[in-house]
Amino acid sequence: MKRRLLLLLPLVGFLALSLFLYQGLSLNPFHRESALMARDFPEFELATLEDPERRVDRSLLATGELTLVNVWGEWCPECKREMPQLLDLAHRHDIRMVGISWKDTREKGLGFLDEFGNPFEINIFDPDNELGFELGVFGAPETFLVDAEGVIRYHHVGYISPGEVRDKILPEVEKWR
Amino acid sequence: MALIRSLLTLLVLLMVAGLAQAGAIEVREFDDPVMEQRYRSLTASLRCPTCENQAIDDSDAPVSGDMRDRVYLLLQEGVSDIEIREHMVQRFGDYVLYNPRLEGRTLLLWGLPAGLVLLGAILVVLIVRSRKSASAKALSEEERARLQALINRERTE
Repeated sequence: MKRRLLLLLPLVGFLALSLFLYQGLSLNPFHRESALMARDFPEFELATLEDPERRVDRSLLATGELTLVNVWGEWCPECKREMPQLLDLAHRHDIRMVGISWKDTREKGLGFLDEFGNPFEINIFDPDNELGFELGVFGAPETFLVDAEGVIRYHHVGYISPGEVRDKILPEVEKWR
Repeated sequence: MALIRSLLTLLVLLMVAGLAQAGAIEVREFDDPVMEQRYRSLTASLRCPTCENQAIDDSDAPVSGDMRDRVYLLLQEGVSDIEIREHMVQRFGDYVLYNPRLEGRTLLLWGLPAGLVLLGAILVVLIVRSRKSASAKALSEEERARLQALINRERTE
């Protein structure tokens, strides 16, 4: 009898494998661990969107204040939908926000801020994906939480819904503040 | 006739679309065939971070284009293949490697198939052995003598 039960072993193995693969079907492939977690915000040297003469570098992100860095572009519809949440984070929750105007023209970037509001203290102008590449950005919007020492603590890929502000962004901000 | 014409139009449109698609991926000139080979194998073995399952060498996603540019640039600077892969992993994560590296947390991934084959081989050996000894033991001395007697009787008849 016992030996008979052993014959079921392959079936059990098969079912376990099926279950494992089945739960993979409902996973979002974009929700993966960021390569930049717990690493220093990368070095860069770029002009700001607001003033082409003003150059900024990594010291912008190590000011002793926690910062949310948002990668956006005028061409990106989800960035527009995300703006009310970002404005809320900046004004109601008093979080320092820095934008990266990504793969865009200066004119369009400034127009975007005029139209949809500007939650950012300053915007880094990155038309050629110099900083974006270092951050491993593969699509806008993406958002990074950078702590007071300039270390990346959280990386959000894609649109931030109002629910995600409450359930993900704010808890992370509290954790690292 | 109208059907044939519209089918032809569709065919032409598809061909044009195919050309446009091909045009999205730049053609690079190499003086050095070794460098070209390295470029090809690197871009074929790096996975586009945003297209789920496509290597950067045939993906027209903007990020793939940027990654190809970077691979090309690093090759020109004399960076080794391993360092170029590492450069991409540092930025985009392990996800970009089609061949995951062998390390602590990928041990199961690499080891499981080999382990299962080994397990299967052990099981087969055990089963074959137990069958052999089972068939050898199947008849007692007495039974064997009776069998022999029966065979002999058959022959004499």
